[in-house]
Amino acid sequence: MTPFHYVRAGDNAHAIGLGAGSGAAYLGGGTNLVDLMRESVARPATLVDVTGLSDAIVETDGGGLLIGAAVRNTALASHHAVRARYPVLARAILAGASAQIRNMATVGGNMLQRTRCGYFYDSDGARCNKRVPGTGCDAIGGLNRNHAILGTSSMCVATHPSDMCVALAAIDATVHLQSGRGARTLPFTEFHRLPLEHPEIDTVLEPGELITAIELPPLPCAKTSMYRKVRDRTSYAFALVSVAAALQVEGDRIEDVRIALGGVAPKPWRASKAEAALRNGPATEQAFGAAAIAELADAVPLRDNGFKVELAARLIIAVLGELAGAAA
Amino acid sequence: MSINVNGSSAIPPIDARVSLLDFLREHLQLYGTKKGCNQGACGACTVLVDGERILSCLALAVQYDGRTITTVEGLADDNGLHPLQQAFIEHDGFQCGYCTPGQICSALGMATEARRGVPSYVSADLTADIVITREELQERMSGNLCRCGAHNGIIDAIRDGLAAGDGLAAEWGE
Repeated sequence: MTPFHYVRAGDNAHAIGLGAGSGAAYLGGGTNLVDLMRESVARPATLVDVTGLSDAIVETDGGGLLIGAAVRNTALASHHAVRARYPVLARAILAGASAQIRNMATVGGNMLQRTRCGYFYDSDGARCNKRVPGTGCDAIGGLNRNHAILGTSSMCVATHPSDMCVALAAIDATVHLQSGRGARTLPFTEFHRLPLEHPEIDTVLEPGELITAIELPPLPCAKTSMYRKVRDRTSYAFALVSVAAALQVEGDRIEDVRIALGGVAPKPWRASKAEAALRNGPATEQAFGAAAIAELADAVPLRDNGFKVELAARLIIAVLGELAGAAA
Repeated sequence: MSINVNGSSAIPPIDARVSLLDFLREHLQLYGTKKGCNQGACGACTVLVDGERILSCLALAVQYDGRTITTVEGLADDNGLHPLQQAFIEHDGFQCGYCTPGQICSALGMATEARRGVPSYVSADLTADIVITREELQERMSGNLCRCGAHNGIIDAIRDGLAAGDGLAAEWGE
């Protein structure tokens, strides 16, 4: 690990001032960044510890929740309002990592996790456009069973590893950001970017910009929501495919629906095409299947991960079927 | 400032690169906490910070200035082993023993979480009280790997050891 300066931020302004410095990186629980530094994938000159900033979860005037970026994953999944009104978010967090890691990890840090692609981590032995721009991608012709089928580019096929972010993408969350130029908000689904020609850039954050909070809107359909994750072992493994979904059925008609996929794309994948196919239509297995096909029509499997197309379709159908049963 | 480790005060390292795990082992000579994978995948380095379980290999020691750390060395007292340590012996909760300090610290943190009502991925109803079934224990302890394969004994030891010592018995389900 290369040497660095460590500073604990006292408040947002202090953090932003320090974060504007050359080579500065914000540090949350450290569960990913410390590992990346040890592997020489990340080499920040200064770590700005932001775990002392807002860890509050408060009700908004509109009936939503405002979640400080320093809230620990365990605290968010345990919060009574999240469990009652956004179960998909609690379930997604609890599906990720281990209890020890969830106790350490912050909301902001979870959002800034980097891919677990083995070639990205292999500083000594592999080419990776995400780690060193322009060097090539060894995953495309290599072992790519865990890689993406949607939203990839000729430069990068890595997946985004977070479970929490899949739920946040599904339930229309908003990201609150702050920098020396002021504050701004943007939809959660626009926070992470696709690799295109620049896979080294994971998000739309500007240099030194700080995530201060996540806002959840009031969303009635989220009360009937769930997260299902398929992985190589029962617990403590990254997703092969995961589905976050919320469903509201009136009579036999789908009043509202939200779907996002994990493990299949370089960012939390909001399944807008599937949602459009379902909205105002019947809540039947046939309709769920047609929606899954609509979403996955653009999938481009690699040598080893073609199974993810079928798995994602089946998972979408199963999750919507279960939610329709619960909503009836 | 200082870090309290098992009741004693320690000065945090000057070098910010030192992990909490290396600080405990190499600076304080507390070798009970083990280095398994050193990348957050095995749980051998689990310690308690203010009663909450974390992975000391992914923690920078400087981040824990002012906090209270408990390692496996801090569990036994003048009356002997902690009931959970004794239960691990009685239930064959280990073979080689390398993962054991992490398993024991993790189980104590797990019990605290269960008492606080923290749900898990296998909790059937997120809005109901938590009932600690065997399946719940397995899920909640999944961050601690045992390559000897003593997991069944570990779960038995936790059920027995915590029921005896930590008042969690009332919440045990089947």
